[in-house]
Amino acid sequence: MSTQPLAAMGPPVALKEPRRPSRHGRLRAAEVRWGLAFIAPYVAVFLAFVVHPYAYVLWMAADPSLYADLIDDRLFLPTLVNTLLFVGLGVNLKMFLALLLSGFFLRPRRWIRILLAIYVLPWALAAAQTCLSFHWMLIGEQGLVDGLLLQLFGIEGPIWFNGRWLGLGCDIAVYLWKWMPFWTLIFLAARLTIPRDIYDSAKVDGATGVRQFVHVTFPLLANLYLICTLLSVLWALGDFTTVYLVSNGGPAGLTNVLATLGYHYAFNFGRPALGVAAVMSALPVLIPVIIVLMRRFQTSALQL
Amino acid sequence: MSRAPGNLALGLRHRQRLIEIGSIALGAVLLIWTLLPIYNLLLIALDPEEGEIEFTGNLWTSEPTLDGFIDVITQKARYLEDFWQQFGNSVFIGLLTMVLTVLVGSLASFAVSRLRLARGSLLTNAALLTYAIPAAFLIVPYYRIMHEYGLYDNLWAVVLAQVTFATPFAILILQLYGRLIPLELDDSARVDGASPLQVYMRIYLPLMVPALAVVAIYALLLAWNDYLYQAVLLSPRNMTVSMVQGQLFLDVDAEWNAMMAAAILYVLPPLAVLFVLRRYVAASLAMVSSGP
Repeated sequence: MSTQPLAAMGPPVALKEPRRPSRHGRLRAAEVRWGLAFIAPYVAVFLAFVVHPYAYVLWMAADPSLYADLIDDRLFLPTLVNTLLFVGLGVNLKMFLALLLSGFFLRPRRWIRILLAIYVLPWALAAAQTCLSFHWMLIGEQGLVDGLLLQLFGIEGPIWFNGRWLGLGCDIAVYLWKWMPFWTLIFLAARLTIPRDIYDSAKVDGATGVRQFVHVTFPLLANLYLICTLLSVLWALGDFTTVYLVSNGGPAGLTNVLATLGYHYAFNFGRPALGVAAVMSALPVLIPVIIVLMRRFQTSALQL
Repeated sequence: MSRAPGNLALGLRHRQRLIEIGSIALGAVLLIWTLLPIYNLLLIALDPEEGEIEFTGNLWTSEPTLDGFIDVITQKARYLEDFWQQFGNSVFIGLLTMVLTVLVGSLASFAVSRLRLARGSLLTNAALLTYAIPAAFLIVPYYRIMHEYGLYDNLWAVVLAQVTFATPFAILILQLYGRLIPLELDDSARVDGASPLQVYMRIYLPLMVPALAVVAIYALLLAWNDYLYQAVLLSPRNMTVSMVQGQLFLDVDAEWNAMMAAAILYVLPPLAVLFVLRRYVAASLAMVSSGP
């Protein structure tokens, strides 16, 4: 195959690139001093706002008795399950649908380009405000959604936030609404980098539609897809706003995720160390994810 | 190949029609899915204060009015008596996060990728480590360290937190884009006697504008989307728009038409920025997709 899998994240997509000419020129002391001056601001930020809080977190979460308290709390295990569902379902659905939709938005139609501009709106709209809108839209029999169901189809809508699974489902739906557009844009940009002639020769070999997607598009985007998914896992674990402002962890705290439960422990129950211990129970997931991410970046995207 | 060519063409046309109908149906679903919550915002905002939309499930208000917006702008709405100050605080946080992220991120990635610092990739990896513990998990230590630094209840606390979370992403993006600009440009400027600072100002920054625009939008949206850090690191003396709305969302007695009008006013500035910078965003996508 003539192109390498794309490896990047965010709007830009790295292409395979000829290696740079070898590092010519000798490093001079002045050059190093300039370099250090240029990175100094970031190093200061990193030490003060990454290293210091990380040390704090590890120190606070080190007490084993905290974990006994966590297991005893009736909210903790449901919260773990919820977090698993929110992140597992939310991220995978989001990524897969975004990948499929990026193909749809590739269609050269004028109305599809206009639709794309509308479709990316949620990404640019503030999270707290749109989550509130969702909350009021879904709130029981008085919201817009149940109003629509009743007037258009004559269906009595459910009371969305009265049950654990329905409430969690609403949270996941809002997460999709807010974040799917961003990743659709990423995949759209990546698909644009796939040379047309690959598709042309695939067509000659009889691969169209689904088979073209499975055998051509997906393998080319697989690396990018993996990086985006892992990064999304980290960001979704840290998504506080959606759950807090849509279902508010209710009913009876049963739709909490780790981010909101940690907040409740720390700021409503006055047990900050317990809050930190709660969120750090995600560490067995966080560490492998970040290791894989770093390796992927080192070997592909950031090889300078 | 037993089918007649005419038959084949007919089958193909039929297939294409089906695809066309399918994509229009999908487009309609996407349109409703995207716009429904935005419509809901507008609907409640246009309702009179004691109107019938809030919590009644009606699809349109019988007497649409701009009273909600007027109450917000003239600061007459309950809880929004200081709306413009709250709005100003949000703008302060958003703009400073944007500027500082672009500055700190571009300086660091210039040093790593253009000055050929030994072990520069170490910095990139360390930056990525910022995401090892998600931002929301760090709120308790942030609450403590901001007290230690004497920054609690200071808008700068939120700015610095957001810069911390935005810069790693900025560094990655800028490094990816930076590879598209030939190092020879730097070298010839250096031969002519330019200092690294001059290369940064006169060559690197101007050529990186599309990527810097992407980074700026990312940082602005990150700060603008935030609720948690503002709610925890600031006290009611330094309210932002997001804080007011997040704290009142369970209060059925709040003036909801004004609240939603304020929400609409709040979501507009990033849209305007995105609209202004859209040329650069499109340019950077095109630049990367066309290859170096």
